Amino acid sequence: MSSSKKIRVLMAKPGLDGHDRGVKIVARALRDAGMEVIYTGLRQTPEMVVRAAIDEGVHCIGLSILSGAHNALFPKIMELLKAEGADDILVTGGGIIPEDDIPDLKKAGISEIFGPGTPLDDIVEYIKANVKL
Amino acid sequence: MGDNKTLPAAVKRWDENTVAKTIGRFPERQETFLTISGLPVNRLYTPLDTKDLDYEKDLGFPGEYPFTRNIQPTGYRGRLWTMRQYSGFATAKESNERFQFLLDQGQTGLSVAFDLPTQIGYDSDHPLALGEVGKVGVAIDSLADMEVLFDGIPLDKVSTSMTINSDAVVLLAMYIAVAEKQGVPMDKLRGTIQGDILKEYVARGTYIFPLGPSMRLITDTFKFCSEKMPLWNTISISGYHIRESGSTSVQEVAFTLANGIAYVQAAIDVGLNVDVFASRLSFFFGSHSDFLEEICKFRAARRLWARIMRERFKAKKDSSCRMRFHTQTAGCTLTAQQPDNNIVRVTLQALQAVLGGTQSLHTNSRDEALSLPTEESVQIALRTQQIIGFESGVGDTVDPLAGSYYIESLTNEIENKAMEYIQKIDEMGGAPAAIEKGYIQREIHDAAYSFQKSIDSNERIVVGVNKFQVDEEHKFDYLRVNPESERKQIEQLETLRKTRNDGKVQTALKDLRQGAEGDTNLVPLILEAVKVYATLGEICGVLRDVFGEYKAADL
Repeated sequence: MSSSKKIRVLMAKPGLDGHDRGVKIVARALRDAGMEVIYTGLRQTPEMVVRAAIDEGVHCIGLSILSGAHNALFPKIMELLKAEGADDILVTGGGIIPEDDIPDLKKAGISEIFGPGTPLDDIVEYIKANVKL
Repeated sequence: MGDNKTLPAAVKRWDENTVAKTIGRFPERQETFLTISGLPVNRLYTPLDTKDLDYEKDLGFPGEYPFTRNIQPTGYRGRLWTMRQYSGFATAKESNERFQFLLDQGQTGLSVAFDLPTQIGYDSDHPLALGEVGKVGVAIDSLADMEVLFDGIPLDKVSTSMTINSDAVVLLAMYIAVAEKQGVPMDKLRGTIQGDILKEYVARGTYIFPLGPSMRLITDTFKFCSEKMPLWNTISISGYHIRESGSTSVQEVAFTLANGIAYVQAAIDVGLNVDVFASRLSFFFGSHSDFLEEICKFRAARRLWARIMRERFKAKKDSSCRMRFHTQTAGCTLTAQQPDNNIVRVTLQALQAVLGGTQSLHTNSRDEALSLPTEESVQIALRTQQIIGFESGVGDTVDPLAGSYYIESLTNEIENKAMEYIQKIDEMGGAPAAIEKGYIQREIHDAAYSFQKSIDSNERIVVGVNKFQVDEEHKFDYLRVNPESERKQIEQLETLRKTRNDGKVQTALKDLRQGAEGDTNLVPLILEAVKVYATLGEICGVLRDVFGEYKAADL
């Protein structure tokens, strides 16, 4: 990747879940690492997330869910991205996500899932290494 | 505490001789020691640190103002705390089975978790409810679901706590209606609705309406209950979620009590007498991982609230100054790594809460960083409380740590630092204004971020996360909510809409709209609507129309 281009990231809270401590901390860590970060706020439908990602021209979407709705919402977001031809955007997820669910989420196109206890630097490094600019 | 003329010199001598000699050979583990909230911890505390403490004024006796030592004269000698595990998932029927299991296991009160659509006033078939139905709690669309939820549970015998906020009044109305069908009048009902909207704006996120109308629903509830439900806790002013969002212990006390002040002021402003409603206010705190700091936090919160009620609001009755609180062990301290270690964390946190004098307690399950807890994990969590209560002996004398130089010194410090925050919030115009400015949200976020940084840099150790890691595979039975539950719930809702008397529903909703547009108390109107099986989504829909919706401030 070219060092001059800034990585743009959309941090999103799909679903109704109000746990935003994690998403806000990650957003700040990515900003501190020099990325441009847009945070959607709570209660986003898959359509709203995808619309915002395209409108903002982001390279990466970070999804956060702690309510258990990930199996319904993450794949839906991937479908919509594909339909918009925007599936080159790197999509990662985080929250309370049982390990058993991860293989199917990856199959749906989620690139990586970051569980509780993940150091912030790991997320920063992962995005830098995998994002397509 | 005592006359210590020669003590300063003795402390100095100890420091310069004994300590200096040891440190020369064996340096301490760290340059400075801080509590998890960042308060400095000295090597030693002596009577010098508590010399300004006036026993009768600052500590007093259990059951008497300022209640530092406990709100009950006999502590846990009369009755142990209420063991109240928060639970609920999937449909009302499945949750009812879990409730019956918990009551059979010796649990003494119910605590209902609602799913997010219920908490945000949407029916299960609303587009935003997709994937959320029955996930973090039970789905309730109408009185019909509530009847199933409490089937076979005698509402005159158990007390029920409901974690519901923006639309608490609707769930309260449904509870009243179910009880009435069981033949239990509302003045016999015991329990709590959380109903604390201010912390939803800053920490928990299940808000619906803007601040003004939300406060009206709360004062309407205070008024209704003060007349008709003398045993009901009309609000549970919650620090738990503030703490879980990353605040320090001082912030937890300060922001919770600042919210409490706002509710009391709002009720006084609509003409209620403080001594009529204040004794039904209750509180809810987290129990985090710094053992001694947390015990002091509970004691400090109790004393500070008593003083606020007496000095600021001129409450005459002692019962208006008594802070009763529920505690939950801190979910955010649970690790996904080596999850059985969480049993130990929860044990310590539960012990803190008991030594801090909690009225009721929820102990988290070891697997909650991974998924909803299994029945086996919930049982271990409940047994933890029972072991503390029945085996450890810590409940046999009241406030056993009082008088410890450190405990009293730190209790003072937390109280003073929280009071400084409250004064700052007062200068901004009170908690609602500070929330609208985003001040409280920013303070919490800053604390959360620096906490995470301290873990990432290994300044702070979390066992199994940044030290003592092992390679592991999680071989856990996860509790899974059957995806069929969502479909079943929606089917039941559709059947209800077809079979109920629609004319009655429309009339009730029209009355509610008129009431909301005016200034009449909305509780009786909502009660009428739930009784004819208007759905939660319909009732909140009318209120959304009239009140509008809250828009979160950008951070």
